[in-house]
Amino acid sequence: MSVGALSRRRNALWYAALVHRLSGLGLAVFLPLHFLTLALAVEDGARLDGFFRFADMPAVKLGETGLVFLLAVHFLGGLRILFVENFTWRGNQAKLASAAGGLAMLLAFVFLIRVL
Amino acid sequence: MTPSGKPDLSVSIWRGGADGAYRTYSVPSRDSQTVLDVVTYVQRHLDPTLSYRFACRVGMCGSCAMTVNGRPRWTCRTHVSRVAKGDKLTVGPLENLPVVKDLATDMRPFFEKWQDAKGVFEPSKTRDDAIEPIRPDTRQRQLADAGVECINCGVCYAACDTVKWNTDYLGPAALNRAWTLANDVRDAGQTERLQAVASGGGCHACHSHQSCQEHCPQTLNPTASIAGLKRLTALAYLRGEIEA
Ligand code: SF4
Ligand code: SF4
Ligand code: FES
Repeated sequence: MSVGALSRRRNALWYAALVHRLSGLGLAVFLPLHFLTLALAVEDGARLDGFFRFADMPAVKLGETGLVFLLAVHFLGGLRILFVENFTWRGNQAKLASAAGGLAMLLAFVFLIRVL
Repeated sequence: MTPSGKPDLSVSIWRGGADGAYRTYSVPSRDSQTVLDVVTYVQRHLDPTLSYRFACRVGMCGSCAMTVNGRPRWTCRTHVSRVAKGDKLTVGPLENLPVVKDLATDMRPFFEKWQDAKGVFEPSKTRDDAIEPIRPDTRQRQLADAGVECINCGVCYAACDTVKWNTDYLGPAALNRAWTLANDVRDAGQTERLQAVASGGGCHACHSHQSCQEHCPQTLNPTASIAGLKRLTALAYLRGEIEA
């Protein structure tokens, strides 16, 4: 990359694209684990109960909060893109993207308060 | 030190081809100096072998775009005072295009993609037909007008990460051009154009980053134009007019 290659990228929408990509990857990594746990429910109730006890640990709850954030930010950011690409153009996309990020953080925070 | 009392600018300029390097020059600072003025000073007074391009110097021809302190910009309309970091300026060739020498890039891929996107008007009438009046207040004319002031500077092409990742990608300027023609009711090449821009490196490769819009010196919004093409091509596909 040339001198200051990142400098021109420092704008909200570039970060929105980055967050969207990373949150998508994060969710893709999580999904198989999620299905694995679901499989436990069908195959081995005792191990599932063990997993639930493990999942009650605060550190795991913190991880779940992160997942809620990833899910919310990917969902809201995705909706924004769908609106941009399928309906008449609206300005202020940087503000909308920031709002999506803020709302996702709020949702994750509410989740954290409820589970702790 | 210049008569104005300002310290000289320390200007790093890319020299050589793709494997070149930055070389630093000291250029007197002046009021209302543009980045193009600085580059011209270096060539006229310090090193006549420096290669760069410009023509109009007033933001019309689109030939002077370079990377200035990491951002693609039209240099003839970029004041040093707005972009210099301290007294430092770094000027390189545009990204995403092969470097010919110094600040001159090979614009051929950029213009070839313009052709690939069928960015050429296809007449539907002959010279013997009456001139068709187009009302400026029709929706289609307004959509075309919104994108028509492109000066082919390549700034958006250099700013687009999708261009960097996907060498087949037609890029914002060519697609923006295709969109203005797609809204030209006099054009007879619509189906072929939609087929061309729906292809692998076409409009659907765009991630709607809006870096193109962010950097376009003409304040055009290629992202919106490309979104329009995404809708038009999807509809054309559903109607069976174009193939996937
Ligand atoms: S919106 Fe599309 S064309 Fe513009 S910079 Fe992003 S990917 Fe490139
Ligand atoms: S769309 Fe804007 S940035 Fe891109 S070539 Fe045209 S004038 Fe330059
Ligand atoms: S020299 Fe023509 S646009 Fe800059």
